[in-house]
Amino acid sequence: MDALLNIPVLGFILQFIVYLVNVIVNGHIAPIILGLATPIALGALCGVMNERSGVVNIGIEGMMLFSAYVAFMTALLVHQAFPAKPSAFFGATPALISGVVAAIAAGVLISLLHAWLSISVRADQIISGTIINITALGLTSYLNRLIKPYDSAGTFKSFRPPEGLVNLPGVGWLFEMFTSVGPIAMSVIVLVIIVQILLFRSRWGLRTRAVGEHPKAADTVGINVIRLRYRNVLIGGVFAGLAGAYLTLEATGSFQNNMTAGRGFIALAAMIFGRWTPVGAFLGALLFMGSQALGVAIRLAPPAGDLGTFLAGIQQAYPSIYNNFFTGLPYLLTIIVLAGVVGRSIPPAADGKPYEKESSS
Amino acid sequence: MIARLKSYAGLGIVPALSILLALLVASVLIIVSGLIGPEKKVDLLLPLIAYRSLLVGSFGNFKAIANMIVAATPLMLTGLAVGVGLKAGLFNIGATGQVLLGGFTAALVGTLVADAPPLIAITVALLAGMLAGALAGFIPGFLKAFTGAHEVVTTIMLNAVIQLMVSGLVNDVFRAPGFSFARTAPVGNATLTGAGNTTLHLGVIFALICIPLSYWLLWRTTVGFEIRAVGANPTAALYAGMKPRRMMILTMSLCGAFAGLAGAIEILRFGYYPAVFGTSIGSDGITVALLGQASPIGIMFSALLLGAMRAGAPLMQIQARVPVEIIDVIQGVILIFLAAEIVVRRIFRLRTTTPGSGELQTITRTYGEKVAG
Repeated sequence: MDALLNIPVLGFILQFIVYLVNVIVNGHIAPIILGLATPIALGALCGVMNERSGVVNIGIEGMMLFSAYVAFMTALLVHQAFPAKPSAFFGATPALISGVVAAIAAGVLISLLHAWLSISVRADQIISGTIINITALGLTSYLNRLIKPYDSAGTFKSFRPPEGLVNLPGVGWLFEMFTSVGPIAMSVIVLVIIVQILLFRSRWGLRTRAVGEHPKAADTVGINVIRLRYRNVLIGGVFAGLAGAYLTLEATGSFQNNMTAGRGFIALAAMIFGRWTPVGAFLGALLFMGSQALGVAIRLAPPAGDLGTFLAGIQQAYPSIYNNFFTGLPYLLTIIVLAGVVGRSIPPAADGKPYEKESSS
Repeated sequence: MIARLKSYAGLGIVPALSILLALLVASVLIIVSGLIGPEKKVDLLLPLIAYRSLLVGSFGNFKAIANMIVAATPLMLTGLAVGVGLKAGLFNIGATGQVLLGGFTAALVGTLVADAPPLIAITVALLAGMLAGALAGFIPGFLKAFTGAHEVVTTIMLNAVIQLMVSGLVNDVFRAPGFSFARTAPVGNATLTGAGNTTLHLGVIFALICIPLSYWLLWRTTVGFEIRAVGANPTAALYAGMKPRRMMILTMSLCGAFAGLAGAIEILRFGYYPAVFGTSIGSDGITVALLGQASPIGIMFSALLLGAMRAGAPLMQIQARVPVEIIDVIQGVILIFLAAEIVVRRIFRLRTTTPGSGELQTITRTYGEKVAG
């Protein structure tokens, strides 16, 4: 093994893979990656619901931000009215639960605006999404400036899995990843699998894909294109709402201006990277956020040998560039994938085209 | 002539009514702000007080007017960066990144020519910024033309890449010693200083030239005709012997150049590039272009309007205690009404036969398609 690791270029790559596997299996970073990937994956699910039925949604960022604010404020108000001790179930309180419900409602509401503009009004869907981003940022910053809350409703708590499960050799990290996280992060994997199965194995899924690929054909066989698109965009809002609730009620417990910080756009990237499938988007989100977590891991515990010296050297000389490289990797990868350098990613055929029944015009 | 004026009025009526409706919606928010703000009372006159101080802050005296024009200057350019793209059926969300790259390059070149005579130093630095912006626009244009990667997604991603790259470079490579925060070295003579005791600077002239220039380009030249033809229908343009791919690349580079110039002007006003350069001029450009119906003249007026709001907002926050963020809300609501043109027309019982903003609805159509040619 040592001989292999000392081969000039190949050895470098092998050293890196050995390090990578070691960090993931023994480094306890798997739950952190899932936590980082949760809002991305939920946002990407929102995107999949929209774009699979033929509605482009670049307003995920704004939907998330608005829901995050609504979640935080609702939880805070309920918390001040009925203070309660965290329960055994993920530390849930009436405040936190009403926050999640309100966030979902907010996500659906803002999706309704998107659906109305892009399906009924037949405005340009990309402009509609842009408007949502601009308005959500303005409105939440405005309200956040007006009411400066210094209080917090707290956060959901992570589940503590039994030690024996986490310490299982080889697969312990997988258990740790999916069980030592909060309720919203834990639900992501379930939601991803459900949407994946429904999208490719159910009548609804077949209809949704038909509407996204060829709405006229779908209409001919009696599918109500407009109604199905509305329904799917609104369900997408549920996921965006959950993503927002995750940010303020599970990850941080507070709200800052523009706290989504581009996560909605990474979600868009993950969706494209995953070729408009839920599982693909989820893996994309894990990969993107894994690269960020890896950047941190290398800084905290650099690999041994030549590779370690090399990475430590770069990090010493260019700390900012080093950090930004790992943060920027998802965006760069998306451009590469979209441009078809490594396997092309092609959107549904009717994505972005408003549908107009011929008889109505 | 009268018919022509009438058609111009027809183009301007929906934006004007959208602004009116947005101000009404914002009034409700402002009244609510009085209720939940520090005073806790309903003051129905508060919106009027706020709008009055907004006007005074932007038109009250000569200095205020100068500030308003200076605030509008980069917005005209980013407005063109989005608007000219719309004419070619391209939606340039990348103005933000093009602004950053243009500003950063202008700052670097500015330090090189810091000792040259001011006029030369400023011109060289601004041109460098334009060129860098054009490069940032070229990339998504090229990708769209030859791989079909939609410019909306690639520019969103490029915005993040450019922002991370530039801030990394400022922190690690071009950081000037002797300052408490990360920034580049001073640009010396390339600094855009105010004339007299106002903030008016040379960059204003550059921006004001770009408006008639792009009008001339779009409506009086073959290139402009081809840009509009490609925007209206790329396939038809191809069969008419034009080169849609080349036009897309050219248009995106041109858009990038406008945004790069805007960034260069903003940075040369500071005299250096700060590692954290948070500016909204890129995204404001989207509002300006949509409000101006993608026409250069309309863009000039909407940039002045938005510049007035931005310049007057601080006074409004002091006098009426309405947070400056209300400007962003007003922007968003204006855009919602603009997009929902049908609703505005219904409220005011306008006929729907007036030619609408056709190019504003063509962007998404190409989302999943490869460019022919």
